[in-house]
Amino acid sequence: MSVLPPDHDEAAFAAYVADLRGVVGDDWVWSGDNDMFPYRDSFSPVWNTPEEIQASSAVAPADVDQVQEVVRVAGRHRVPLHPISTGKNFGYGGPSPNVPGSTVLDLKRLDRVIEVNEARNYCLVEPGVSYFDLYQHIQQRGLKVMIDCPDPGWGSPVGNALDRGVGYTMPHFRDHFGAHCGMEVVLPDGELMRTGMGAMPGSGSWQEYPYGFGPDPAGLFAQGNFGVVTKMGFRLMPQPDYYRTGLIRVPRRRDLIKLVQHANYLSDAGMVSEIRYASPLSPLQRQPEFAALVTKMGGPSDAEMDAAAAAAGLHSWAIDLQFLGPEAATAAQWEYAKDRILSDIPRAEALDGDHFALPATEEQLENRTQPYPTAIRRKGALGVPSLGIWEIVRDDGHVGFFPVLPRDGEAVFEMQRVLGDASREYPLPPYFSAITAPLFWHSFTFQMVFAPSVRHADPEHNAMVHRAMKHMVAVAAEHGWGDYRAAPIYQDDVSASYSFNNHQLRRFLEAMKDAVDPDGIIAPGRGGVWPRRFRDRSRT
Amino acid sequence: MKWLYLALPLSALAVTASVAAQSQGSQAQRGQQLFTHFCAPCHGQGAGDDRSDMLPGTAALARRYQGAKPAALELRTDLPAPVLTLFVRRGVGPMPAFRPSELSDADVAAIAAYLAQPD
Repeated sequence: MSVLPPDHDEAAFAAYVADLRGVVGDDWVWSGDNDMFPYRDSFSPVWNTPEEIQASSAVAPADVDQVQEVVRVAGRHRVPLHPISTGKNFGYGGPSPNVPGSTVLDLKRLDRVIEVNEARNYCLVEPGVSYFDLYQHIQQRGLKVMIDCPDPGWGSPVGNALDRGVGYTMPHFRDHFGAHCGMEVVLPDGELMRTGMGAMPGSGSWQEYPYGFGPDPAGLFAQGNFGVVTKMGFRLMPQPDYYRTGLIRVPRRRDLIKLVQHANYLSDAGMVSEIRYASPLSPLQRQPEFAALVTKMGGPSDAEMDAAAAAAGLHSWAIDLQFLGPEAATAAQWEYAKDRILSDIPRAEALDGDHFALPATEEQLENRTQPYPTAIRRKGALGVPSLGIWEIVRDDGHVGFFPVLPRDGEAVFEMQRVLGDASREYPLPPYFSAITAPLFWHSFTFQMVFAPSVRHADPEHNAMVHRAMKHMVAVAAEHGWGDYRAAPIYQDDVSASYSFNNHQLRRFLEAMKDAVDPDGIIAPGRGGVWPRRFRDRSRT
Repeated sequence: MKWLYLALPLSALAVTASVAAQSQGSQAQRGQQLFTHFCAPCHGQGAGDDRSDMLPGTAALARRYQGAKPAALELRTDLPAPVLTLFVRRGVGPMPAFRPSELSDADVAAIAAYLAQPD
């Protein structure tokens, strides 16, 4: 069923669409069920239910001038715009908006790689540029810089960074928002703003000094709704000479405490790329007794887990270490890491891994040369975009909850137990168990993953998943663990969990939203931030 | 003189046919570029990531067809533009739909023209 914008009837909507067509041309405005199908979130657990939030229309401007004019048209007609870059944010809402009847502002046609600078190691791109595009641009020109990309390469560096996405290389590059440097933004009134040095006419350092002078509003545009980002700069890693891997494994369950502390040191000192944690006990889950042990309510004891590991002749935990840099430096860093950890944790073992000069060969990129089973996804580790990750997608997609927890072994054990117990009432795979390893995606914290699948033809399953998602967000919040990124249907739940001092953070943001965008033209509700116009109806 | 009169339209026809063939050829060539960029990362014939035998889309079609049809799209010639458009615009299973802003109807037709070419 077609959806209309808030406070619109058919005639008002038709007048609005006509004005949009006047800006971008007839070919770049869409409405109606058929044309709007690709703008739905096909990974949504509320697919085809009254809770699914569908847009009324979509518009794809060709350049920044048209973006400004579209924003002004939407402002005159009081229609919310939902900006997307490449629209591939699957698991986190895809291209779907927060308000039914919004217009998706599809920025795919803004697809210029404006600059890649290999002498000063940065790029400046538009939102419609994908990781594939940027990688291809760099490879075709033989530029000596490495990108940091998330799992699927069809996403946008701008869109991914603005949703605080992550990649898999060195700490200061894999936090994509943290690696940005300079933005251009169309504000809710259609005016154009540049942040940092971009605000100074004639500056040549827009992609080198992000702050400029005075308060830096860049953070308002990540998971935010204060403007439409039309250009964004990113720091890039100079192409390293060499790549080296090594595995360290430790025997006892509680060895994780010290292992995490050593890994934190190596990472924070800038010696290693992303560290992959894993449990060598994972294959034992195929044994019913072991599966029951690691998922039992209240969690197993350390002694039970150590006994199970000893009986199987396996270690309890392992970390895959990765080094990027000059060959001799990677060798020295690996030797240092081994010495540091093996001298402190009894019966810890180290295995020398794959190592080779960059760029990698196809065989090396396919990860066929690693001498032991590894948790590393090799292409991501080397900044090569891919869609290979789609092999993990089950059914019709999935939705994700990724609670942030302290980078500490005890915190890992606590989340395993608490969220494990909370999730047992749902007939889902054991996302949290005594062998769940932390994810070290973001540069300075851990996360774990809860990502149940959705099935378009099974509304009961989807309803269970939807209940489970909300329940897990709530239980996690009781323990101080918050989601880092959420689909629009969960953004209010997640935002509400960041509630210190009677939700002062949200009240501050909404005071600003009221000041600059009282009609809610830019993505009302995104990040849980609602303007006055929609606040009451969204929270009741 | 008849032959001359006949020859003129025939050569004109040949030119027209040649232009049409060139046009189809360039459409298929463009389709190949689009396929390589948009489709091949999931539906290509190469290996998948991290020791997977196939890319995800190719693996999914291998499971679906169980050998009754080729799993790699480039080995198929039974995907005319209307069929391809259906999958592109509606998606299927974990494959999401693609929007006209990223792949136009003409782009999809070009990919279909490329896939329709015999190897």
